[in-house]
Amino acid sequence: MRRLAIAFFAFLIPAALFAQDDLMNLLNSDAAPDINYTTATFKSTRILNGHSIERMVPGQLDFRISHRFGTLNSGSYNLWGLDQSNIHFSLEYGIMKWLMVGVGRGSYEKTFDGFAKFSVLRQSKGDRVMPVSVSVMTSAALMSQKWTDPTRANYFSSRMSYVAQVLVARKFSQAFSFQLTPTYVHRNLVTTALDPNDIFAMGAGGRLKLSKRISLNAEYYYVANPKTYMSTQIYNPLSVGIDIETGGHVFQLMLTNSVAMIEKGFVGETTGSWRKGDIHFGFNISRVFTLKKHK
Amino acid sequence: MKRLALISILLTLALSINAQKYMTKNGYIGFYSHTPMEDIKADNNQVAGVIDASTGDLVFQALIKSFHFDRALMEEHFNENYMESDTYPKSSFKGKITNLSSVNLSKNGSYDVTVEGELTLHNVTNKISAKGTLEVASGGLNANAKFNIVPEDYKINIPGLVREKIGKNMEVTVTMKYTPVGNK
Repeated sequence: MRRLAIAFFAFLIPAALFAQDDLMNLLNSDAAPDINYTTATFKSTRILNGHSIERMVPGQLDFRISHRFGTLNSGSYNLWGLDQSNIHFSLEYGIMKWLMVGVGRGSYEKTFDGFAKFSVLRQSKGDRVMPVSVSVMTSAALMSQKWTDPTRANYFSSRMSYVAQVLVARKFSQAFSFQLTPTYVHRNLVTTALDPNDIFAMGAGGRLKLSKRISLNAEYYYVANPKTYMSTQIYNPLSVGIDIETGGHVFQLMLTNSVAMIEKGFVGETTGSWRKGDIHFGFNISRVFTLKKHK
Repeated sequence: MKRLALISILLTLALSINAQKYMTKNGYIGFYSHTPMEDIKADNNQVAGVIDASTGDLVFQALIKSFHFDRALMEEHFNENYMESDTYPKSSFKGKITNLSSVNLSKNGSYDVTVEGELTLHNVTNKISAKGTLEVASGGLNANAKFNIVPEDYKINIPGLVREKIGKNMEVTVTMKYTPVGNK
């Protein structure tokens, strides 16, 4: 009888030990499809000058203030460019999970701009594997500067320019993300007949996280149009900077050879050269406000 | 022979009652911390849990990315900077009701229970104990519990810059509505 009792307990003990694991297995056995979407490919909706695949979630308003100062090679008299500044500010809002819009104003050619960014694919792993995130960005800009020659027939449409971009990004690891950005810029009016109305460019940008709150970013656009015969010498824009995140703000500090903060300006109209020292210090500040609660 | 049949029927019946497991896929776990500077609150309504009413064993499992905050930026920081949820996507709890004898499963009502077990969070496992209630209802079992955890116990580092905004203790609330699992 005693032996029977011992045998009985010997069976009971492992059963009790494994009971919780059994329950855990029961939970996992018919778990719902598990799709793990990649988040925070970039810290901000901009890599530096150009857009990243990130967008505002619905109900969140991003107020951005950006400055690009004068060139470093302008010397100590201009405090290496800090005496001079170009400004761009914008209000950007998430409408749907897949759509954000924004309006802005920049001092570069006194331009008003508006954009819409659509999220098409999201990088994910688990039950649905998607190697990249893809967004589409379209924008229109209205130049409001006074006409250089008011005597000739100037049309309102001549003030407009348009941009279309496909943003393809992959977060390779927690620390490293990379994005390719084929870009098309159309300018209704250009300075001379030598300048193309349509500009094609390929952008590439990435970020490397240095710590949880600081990342090193770089961004380059290769302009495919031949630059030899244009009326002004233009260069490919290159920007290098860091993102610093402090709770509700993201600060982006950078060195760049372009002054404009919209695609139309920095993709086809960057006149500064890194080699000559036409480097601008600049920053973007992003402050996010929650207008509608996120659920 | 008749008696044998009766005994075996009774035995099977008893066993099937004993083997009664209750489960949920949309249990609730939330946490809250209050400081003069900021309140931090997140809700997860997709917690899976099983309770074995015969032994008092219970387990929970929650996806970290299913915790939602009012502010998306806070949610991003929670996943990116604190929980590292791409590396540690799940949190789980394995435990036991230590005073199951005080629960009368055949009588509807609310019973005070104590649960002890191991909570795994951010890949760190700690023993915890919580007081709560187990409510026996006609449709199943309802469980409620409240306890505190300290983020640092789970190697969740909070930098000095934001230390003032995040409470030292997180108050965790668990609300589960279990329904019986068909015997397999």
